[in-house]
Amino acid sequence: MRCLKCRGVAAVEVRRHRAAYCAPHFLEFFEAQVHRALTTQRMLRPEERILVAVSGGKDSLALWEVLLRRGDDTTGLHINLGIGDYSRESRARTEEFARARGARLFVADLREEYGMDIGTLAEASGRSPCSACGLSKRYLFNKMARDGGFTAVATGHNLDDEAAVLLGNLLHWNMDQLARQAPVLEQTHPHLVRRVKPLYRTSERESAAYAILRGIDYVIEECPHSRGARSLLHKGVLNSLEAASAGTKQAFYWGFLDRLAPVIRAGGPPALHPCRQCDQPTTEEVCAFCRMTARAAARLNARTPSLP
Amino acid sequence: MKVRLHHPRRVLEIPGRQRVSRILADLGLDPEAFLVIRGDALLTSDSEVGDEDEIEIRPVISGGWADGAPCAA
Ligand SMILES: [Zn+2]
Ligand SMILES: [Zn+2]
Repeated sequence: MRCLKCRGVAAVEVRRHRAAYCAPHFLEFFEAQVHRALTTQRMLRPEERILVAVSGGKDSLALWEVLLRRGDDTTGLHINLGIGDYSRESRARTEEFARARGARLFVADLREEYGMDIGTLAEASGRSPCSACGLSKRYLFNKMARDGGFTAVATGHNLDDEAAVLLGNLLHWNMDQLARQAPVLEQTHPHLVRRVKPLYRTSERESAAYAILRGIDYVIEECPHSRGARSLLHKGVLNSLEAASAGTKQAFYWGFLDRLAPVIRAGGPPALHPCRQCDQPTTEEVCAFCRMTARAAARLNARTPSLP
Repeated sequence: MKVRLHHPRRVLEIPGRQRVSRILADLGLDPEAFLVIRGDALLTSDSEVGDEDEIEIRPVISGGWADGAPCAA
């Protein structure tokens, strides 16, 4: 296979574009796609202070690398979830990445801040680990961004992630979540920090290829909780469709953004107000994170006999 | 050739010179879900791998599921 640009030996095939690229031209392609996502979706404004959510995996580190190379004003935020070796590895890779590039990194520790790691929090609150983790991360991204004076939170969600979520939301007709699925989540309340997904145009395979070709040492191991996760089933189904007809995933997700998203968003965003307990934006009286941690703490206290 | 795989980590020995697409197909691996690495180079599906080569087949699909959002971040 030959590079579309220079006819040299290709390193990465991008079937949905009927293209293949050598290593340098693939890096150029990937960075151009991120740049296009940022500009066409108006993800960043001048003087934007970006908090990049970094797990230590391929997507978030590839994203941070591109933003750093663009010269954007970024700070990384890594959340230590306390999931054994997986979390230790993830933190080490993230810190090494930041150190090697002289990039600013915050590390937040769930156990230090809230007295519980993901395992305990999930078990004691009756949620699945993935659900407890997702809720905690979304909450902390916004809280840390607001406290630190950041104007945008960037996450490494890619085309495969977004297409798999879309499939899941459609299968279950989760209308609220469909209305919220977008590459940019605008600030609809003063306490809410804008969220952007600059990798929504590129696939998971491309993030991995970019990270490998840039020599980024990311965590290959998967979170032990993700085994058998529903998202993997959805991704597998979409990959089968993609194998049969390249471009299906992109057409599915981008078609949604173009055609259905504007219709279901016509009602406007849900009304948000500050959580009575923590001041973070929520549609309820008390936000889901405060309710989860309160329920978990109550259950743990009931189990532990009180000290004399 | 030596083939390094993940989840679980293991090394296979496959005899003869073969195309990347063939190797993936024989192992029952979806080409969309893996990258094939030799040294510091990535190989496309039509690349040939020699008997003396060592390659890594690296999975690229990650995912837990968190309230309708994959845990990509
Ligand atoms: Zn080229
Ligand atoms: Zn709250």
